[in-house]
Amino acid sequence: MTVATSEHASFDSGSVFLTGLRKFFGIFGMINRRLLFSGCMLVLVVGFGVLGPIILGRDNPMKTVGGLYDPPSATLWLGSDNFGRDVFTQLMHGTRTSLIIGVIAGLEAILIGLLIGTMAGYLGGIVEEVLMAFTNVVITIPSIVILILLSIAISTRSIFAMGLIIGLTSWPWTARAVRAQTSSLRTREHVDIARLSGAGTLSLIIWEILPYMLSYVVMAFVLQLNTGILQEAALSMLGLGPSNTISLGQMLHWALLWESVRTGAWWGFVPPALFLTLIAFSLLLLQASVDEILNPRLRKR
Amino acid sequence: MSAHSSQVPLLETRDLQRAFGHGDHAVRAVERVSFSIQPGEIVAIVGESGSGKTTLARLLLRLLDSTGGRILLRGEDVTDLRRSNDLKAYWRKVQGVFQDPFAAFNQFYTNRRVLENALKLLNHGLPRQEHTQRIEAALREVGLDPADTLDKWPHQLSGGQVQRVMIARALVIGPELLIADEPTSMLDASLRVTVLNLLLALRKQHNMGIIFITHDLGQAYYVSDRILVMYQGELVEQGPVEKVFAMPKHEYTQRLLADVPRLRGA
Repeated sequence: MTVATSEHASFDSGSVFLTGLRKFFGIFGMINRRLLFSGCMLVLVVGFGVLGPIILGRDNPMKTVGGLYDPPSATLWLGSDNFGRDVFTQLMHGTRTSLIIGVIAGLEAILIGLLIGTMAGYLGGIVEEVLMAFTNVVITIPSIVILILLSIAISTRSIFAMGLIIGLTSWPWTARAVRAQTSSLRTREHVDIARLSGAGTLSLIIWEILPYMLSYVVMAFVLQLNTGILQEAALSMLGLGPSNTISLGQMLHWALLWESVRTGAWWGFVPPALFLTLIAFSLLLLQASVDEILNPRLRKR
Repeated sequence: MSAHSSQVPLLETRDLQRAFGHGDHAVRAVERVSFSIQPGEIVAIVGESGSGKTTLARLLLRLLDSTGGRILLRGEDVTDLRRSNDLKAYWRKVQGVFQDPFAAFNQFYTNRRVLENALKLLNHGLPRQEHTQRIEAALREVGLDPADTLDKWPHQLSGGQVQRVMIARALVIGPELLIADEPTSMLDASLRVTVLNLLLALRKQHNMGIIFITHDLGQAYYVSDRILVMYQGELVEQGPVEKVFAMPKHEYTQRLLADVPRLRGA
């Protein structure tokens, strides 16, 4: 009977998260190299952005410490930018800003996506059609256009405001996937049992349906985080980045504006571009390897 | 049961219908089903898969809205109950047990939660100690040791035990009618009779009416007073068990009986 029970659990797609966690630690012995690699890289990047400025005591990325595009040296590890500011310090602060904006945007996108997706999927009928029509409309509008317009409309853009603006356009895919999962989960017997116990709609969604989507939500967040960081870079590069602070995209913006590419000052644009690539690459790799762990079908290959 | 037969039926349906989809593509899962059940009576609904049994169960449990006909509980129309409090009042009297006992549990919680949630339906403000007593009494009644069950996870129990926890859940609420949708079909053959006997005991102890939905004529014969035969969404035959088994009128019932040759001698 125990064999039958455990088999039942592993074939039930809803239990993917629990069995996935169990497998996660089991597999860790064999080492999923991609997970380990991407995880380490992310820890390094986050540590670099968050702890770097504190450890190295470089709290002001705007301080002038050299001349126009001084090449890398013993004191200026990555040279200086057009205003003679230390690129290495900027890189640390810029990484932190980009990560914070990404997290805010990612959280917001997940929350809106979950709200709209679960409501549409659970309530069905006319509510579902209206919400999904709205979602599809938002999908078809190119998000960069909305982002540019919104950014222009706000005169001083704080880090938080940037995150909010970006999250506002990236939720629709999450909403659609969540709706699909919810409408399949709501017909499960355990949801019926909870209804028979008098549970209200909100409590059903939170306690009976959401836990079964947890693994998906975590993965969607990683993807949304990635989208958020890249969107921020795109906006900042156009000169619509956060005011009075520095981000990776803004470093690229300055590098473009002050001709670092043409003058051959590679330290102006290579470090931020490389860091953006590194962050995006490790987030996508993390997402893919977590997916592999949670989804047995991918693992068998 | 004869003592009750003159009373208003416990539950009655009149031309109950449910169609999925619209127009020509509509699938009529339940088509003009009319029957009634008396307090303390056990009625079996028999039919092959796809005959609309589970849809009927969900209609009767008010988990699904009907597209026609009425449902009456003790003569009172409950077809259009929408408000949460009305539905809760209905579910205090009518409860269900489902086919797959493992799927009926939210696997992120221990067994205790499903039983405590059921108590919330009663809404009586009992002290916590009495909650526990009531839950433990229900578990003992279905033959489980509370200390050994409550803080375990569903997957740590066997299929038969889990199904008995589900029955205990209904028992905590103490309904007048229990709708059991194929409660035995996912269990080992040896455990089935335990669950069937439990249903019989519930009727005896609590005078609970039971609608027992099954595809197995043998189980229907064992447990029920009356049999309803369902075929393609319609009730094609109903009557006392012995009568239906001895003289099946509808052609589908005859085929059904022919598929269970050893029962013919019984």
